[in-house]
Amino acid sequence: MKGRGRSGAIAAGPAPIQSSRISALDLLRVGTGGLRSRRVRTILTAIGIGIGIAAMVAVLGISESSRAGLLSKLDRLGTNLLTVSPGQTLFGGDATLPLSAPAMIERIGPVEATAATAPVSANVYKTDQIPVVQTGGVSVLAAQTDLLDTLRADLADGVFLNTANERYPAAVLGADAARYLGISKVAPGVEIYIGGHWFSVVGILDAVTLAPELDRAVLIGFPIAESTFGIDGSAGTIYVRADPAQVHNVSAVLAGTANPEAPNEVRVSRPSDALAARAAAEGAFTSLFLGLAAVALLVAGVGVANIMLMSVLERRSEIGLRRALGATRVHIGLQFLAESLVLSAMGGALGVVAGGAAVAAYASSQQWAIVVPPIAALGGLCAALAVGAVAGLYPATRAAAVSPTQALRTG
Amino acid sequence: MNGPGPVLELLDVVKTYPGDPPVQALRGVSLAIHSRELVALVGPSGSGKSTLLHVMGTLDRPTRGVVRVAGHDSTALSDRQVSGLRARTIGFVFQQFFLLDGESALDNVADGLLYRGMRAADRRRAATAELERVGLGDRLRHKPNQLSGGEQQRVAIARAFVGRPAIVLADEPTGNLDSAAGAAIIELLLDLNRTDGATIAVITHDQAVAAALARQVWMRDGRVERDSREAVA
Repeated sequence: MKGRGRSGAIAAGPAPIQSSRISALDLLRVGTGGLRSRRVRTILTAIGIGIGIAAMVAVLGISESSRAGLLSKLDRLGTNLLTVSPGQTLFGGDATLPLSAPAMIERIGPVEATAATAPVSANVYKTDQIPVVQTGGVSVLAAQTDLLDTLRADLADGVFLNTANERYPAAVLGADAARYLGISKVAPGVEIYIGGHWFSVVGILDAVTLAPELDRAVLIGFPIAESTFGIDGSAGTIYVRADPAQVHNVSAVLAGTANPEAPNEVRVSRPSDALAARAAAEGAFTSLFLGLAAVALLVAGVGVANIMLMSVLERRSEIGLRRALGATRVHIGLQFLAESLVLSAMGGALGVVAGGAAVAAYASSQQWAIVVPPIAALGGLCAALAVGAVAGLYPATRAAAVSPTQALRTG
Repeated sequence: MNGPGPVLELLDVVKTYPGDPPVQALRGVSLAIHSRELVALVGPSGSGKSTLLHVMGTLDRPTRGVVRVAGHDSTALSDRQVSGLRARTIGFVFQQFFLLDGESALDNVADGLLYRGMRAADRRRAATAELERVGLGDRLRHKPNQLSGGEQQRVAIARAFVGRPAIVLADEPTGNLDSAAGAAIIELLLDLNRTDGATIAVITHDQAVAAALARQVWMRDGRVERDSREAVA
């Protein structure tokens, strides 16, 4: 039976039917025909997809750039800074650090630098005309001259305390303290009134990330603090730079070194830990925003499906014609699926570019490194294509099912 | 392409559209069209001509009966096979032209070869030759809306003939044209039949058009009323 069918057909029957064929490239050209002839609609629909994708890319990129920003800041400031400050006594009172603490800490091998501050009980005013009760929360600290380098902090203006000015009434303002006192520039004659004495402002600090307590402080030299306000030279807070590889070891012995008699009354902390925790926590909100972006994308997908259904209705006569020219149902379906995919891919590309631009704009405004994760760009394109495929499937099925005779009659 | 038998053969074809009551568009049509024939299918509206064209062109399947195109019983073929048959052996010309607005005359004609899997360059070369053949060699880049009705129908004719199909089915090809343009279209079809030996079936309600062609098949109420070929024979 089998053999007869074959040879018999060649000898006596008609030539075998060759089925319809269309190359992928032609299918793409045919699929984009509708897009090319309705440009405004195409662009608007693509923008819809683009907004969803842009939101996704922007959310991922900004969170990634923010993390990179924090990490680079951490890198610059170093994670090897430790602070030693008096804690609480066993009975709940405020402890003090012994006078010998800074010198003892400096003897620890892997310690690279130390600098101490000490509280001065005096109030700060801009003039001598302000009533005594209004202190504004600005504290006065005596500071060692190497504090700036130890903290790797920057000056906004002027100079820091140094061996030349530390014994005279000279003051350096923290960033917030300067703002509170209404002083933005260092100039001859700019003075503040500390505990009944006039001090010249010689410098203003930038915000100190690793020691925010300095932002609200006015710093004066230890010698002048001792001679004018009678502090005893004991330390309040000691800032310690340790060998980066030995930070944990140094941290473990700091309390005992600072106060060998009561190590439990010493508080040791690592300020970079908070920054590192923030970097790790970055992205906690990302999933929420990503969800919102997904909703935008879903809405855009519904828009694509809608436009595609409209396109199928409008192009019934074209469908009929193509069927007459030899297109199979599958060819017609693929044509509309290709249209939907191209439309969505355009939107996706638009979205990746727009999202990347948003990340670049925001990151550079925050002075972060611009990081657009490749997975976000690639994922954005894939998401757009997935939306296009899903949104185009039903319209494509409808187009494939159009009866050629009816399509040609209505045309 | 086709064997010794007729290019197109209908055997007792019945087409009933479901409804209440059902509409019997074709009530047992038997017809054979041979190679190199130029046939007019004539009849008033409602006589079943359009249904006959759709069934002959394999765009619609008969309720009963056999439709043989180039020897293949189209009623026994799958959508893929029937589409292949249309892509290679049947050309269509429609009253409404059905040109794609966004494409040039050249691309419209080249689309006549699209579903054969030919390379684009080959399609365009054949389309250029065919447009020259129908007298539009100077209109290759024109869009349909830049052409007159008669010119648009010439483009559609070029598209139907570009693949040298075994048979071309023309549905009221002069229906949307004024009489001068219509006469020119009939002249073109006559010429394609005479010089190229093309097999053409023209569906028309216009007796003058029908009279210009070699053979007339008169339709009425879904039946063949009279066939000039059989009358002569």
